[in-house]
Amino acid sequence: MKTVQLSHGGGGEETNTLIGELFYTHFENDILIRAEDAAVLEVNKKIAFTTDSFTVSPVFFSGGDIGKLAVAGTVNDLAMMGARPLYLSSAFMIEEGLPFDELEQIVRSMAAELAKSGAKIVCGDTKVVPRGGVDKIFINTAGIGEVEKEGVSVLNVKEDDVIIVSRDVGRHGATILMERESLDASADLHSDCETLWPAVEALIEADVSVSALRDATRGGLCAVLNEWAQSSEVCIEVQEAAVNISDEVRGVCEMFGFEAMELANEGTFIIAVPPQHAQLALDTLKNFDFCKKSAVIGRATQKYPKKVVLHSAYGSSRFLDLPKGELLPRIC
Amino acid sequence: MGELRLKDLYDGFRDPDTIFFLAKQIAKEAEKLDGVLRIMEVCGGHTHTIMKYALPQLLPKSISFIHGPGCPVCIMPKERIDHAIALAKMEDTILLTLGDMIRVPGSVTSLAQQRAAGYDIRALYSPIDAIKIARENPDKTVIFFAIGFETTTPMTAAVIKTTVDHGISNLFFHINHVLVPPAVDAIMADGNSQVNAFIGPSHVSVITGAKIYADIPHKYQTPIIVSGFEPVDVLQGILMILRQAVEKKAELEIEYTRSVTMEGNVKAQELIDTYLQPRSHFRWRGIGDIPRSALALKSEFSHLDAEKLFSDILPNEPIDDHKLCICGTILKGLAGPMDCKVFGKACTPNTPLGSCMVSSEGACNAYYRFAGVQN
Amino acid sequence: MCLSIPSKVVKIDTERNTAVVDTMGVSREAGLDLIEEGSLKLGDYVLIHIGFVMNKIDEEDALESLKVYKEILDKLDEQDRKTMLLEDEQVNGEETEAPLGDYYENRNG
Repeated sequence: MKTVQLSHGGGGEETNTLIGELFYTHFENDILIRAEDAAVLEVNKKIAFTTDSFTVSPVFFSGGDIGKLAVAGTVNDLAMMGARPLYLSSAFMIEEGLPFDELEQIVRSMAAELAKSGAKIVCGDTKVVPRGGVDKIFINTAGIGEVEKEGVSVLNVKEDDVIIVSRDVGRHGATILMERESLDASADLHSDCETLWPAVEALIEADVSVSALRDATRGGLCAVLNEWAQSSEVCIEVQEAAVNISDEVRGVCEMFGFEAMELANEGTFIIAVPPQHAQLALDTLKNFDFCKKSAVIGRATQKYPKKVVLHSAYGSSRFLDLPKGELLPRIC
Repeated sequence: MGELRLKDLYDGFRDPDTIFFLAKQIAKEAEKLDGVLRIMEVCGGHTHTIMKYALPQLLPKSISFIHGPGCPVCIMPKERIDHAIALAKMEDTILLTLGDMIRVPGSVTSLAQQRAAGYDIRALYSPIDAIKIARENPDKTVIFFAIGFETTTPMTAAVIKTTVDHGISNLFFHINHVLVPPAVDAIMADGNSQVNAFIGPSHVSVITGAKIYADIPHKYQTPIIVSGFEPVDVLQGILMILRQAVEKKAELEIEYTRSVTMEGNVKAQELIDTYLQPRSHFRWRGIGDIPRSALALKSEFSHLDAEKLFSDILPNEPIDDHKLCICGTILKGLAGPMDCKVFGKACTPNTPLGSCMVSSEGACNAYYRFAGVQN
Repeated sequence: MCLSIPSKVVKIDTERNTAVVDTMGVSREAGLDLIEEGSLKLGDYVLIHIGFVMNKIDEEDALESLKVYKEILDKLDEQDRKTMLLEDEQVNGEETEAPLGDYYENRNG
């Protein structure tokens, strides 16, 4: 079986072959294949710039792989600022011995994911390290986008804004947890990993007035709501019954003592919009598969500034605080 | 109503309308009370339900909760946590335990910190994994640090049985299993106890049967209702307590009839009796020594007993808590987390001074994470 | 007290003395060491705890409990429920209405 060797990262012939056969083939675009030291780009509007590193284990999981994550993650960060994703860089740190097939599958995933937003990988780097240097493969992507809609900000959530969540929460975290051997269980569960730009683009085109947008990654829905409450100095009141959680995610949470609202997502986003635009936002989002079940879950108020309040379906309320520490299943 | 579906066992006993209705019934019944009714939920799982569903907000002010010592991690004295750490640091050793135990600080450090320092310490979801790990590492000494109340004890016993039956020679046990009824006795023996009634543990009772609480009503003139730990179960249990209190009765009743019987799981009980026996003494953090409140391996299984085999490296000096920590008082039901000077300040889930804050079943942790929205 | 959860038995392996149980689509293997041989069958509802089956849930009892609650709630018609809500407001002075007005959708599962 063909595997990635240290020589592939040496900068010589093997490196060029790897880059040409694999990366240039799948990421094909004019800028990349010029193979210059740096990509020269032109952007017409304000620039949004972001970076993220991806170290997920296992590398392949139900609903995606590290490649899909690496593209969607960075593209989504740009989209969440109202920016059209344009150009990405991609740096690979590969453990020697990684099967070539697996690397190719990852690269193919990345190419497929790029197509969903039209963004291009225009520069990159490849390093190969000895066994144990990294866990199979780490990827860093950085991205540039042009800001189509200004003013979308974590500081901008206003009193009376309606909070909408694009789909059921906790999927990615639950999926990864299940795939880890130590939990030794199985479920028909897959990650929500997805490129969100098309939905954001639609919101912009429909002229929806968006106060804030954020994709819920580590820390889940809970983390996003707390960040907004803190930064915008509002209270966010949530109706617990309105938060959509799938049966399978519920099952994982019941079985291992986790809270779905604290689990990671990779294709779920939260929007804060003024009340008069809420219906328009919902109608726009329903056109996309990955957010057709968008639902209003709450509202920003001034009741307890900087706090998130969770209202149960039977009249009690509690604060929903940031999750702390590592995820440990509860025991007796 | 037709066949039961799995969802009914969850949603049915969390149904908002039913909860609302029960809260109303409780309010009505509570009007007949003269004075306040203080209910102790012994079990950490009940504390968790009460706080997570914010049940106190649905109940009249004449009913208050006192949180009992039903969190096996919370009552573990520091010197025994230090045992686990000492064992983990032995050469070629793998130390195994269940979840929350990893984070509890001993006198100096915690298992989690020692794991970060490079020692092989693993948190298991199930003790059955200990067998697998022992088999996969024949050249290592594998020690299972067993904790828990009667719910968890039979599982340890089952794993001991497998170890004995299959002659697994590199797996050892450090037993810290504790018992509910002696703990209840210790709390009430204090004399200062304000407890008027008990909510009995759900799943301890599945194993032991409700029979183990039979003499509590008579001894202490307190009703005790064995409740499930869904919110409907807890509220129904409280309603049953109220009805007794109003009629000045003190009886043992089972609310959780779908899973608890008087007899319990006899096979599990027999398994426990085969391998484990009560210790004459055991120190409970904050409460002090409670006679016959914990278990140890029977002498014929001393060859599996890590506490005996490695006694020369195990510290035994009792270690007191931080001056300002009042976990002990909280565990006895004489104070609440809000009464503690360091609660939420120096003592938080990230920087716990006492176990009540570290373990997600501890009263302080539950309060901190699910603190009710105060009016 | 402990994280024991109701699950449904979907497979029994008599040789290894284990069962596969399902909780809302999540499957896990659990040991039958604590259960009398032959007393469990497929489709039974059980409580599992740290990898072992603890007991069999009395299905009839559970159904009966749920039925009793349902009957009580059905008897209370809309009017009674509204009265209860009103009483609650007067007693606690709290706002019991959801703060979302027109945008609050029906609760989902």
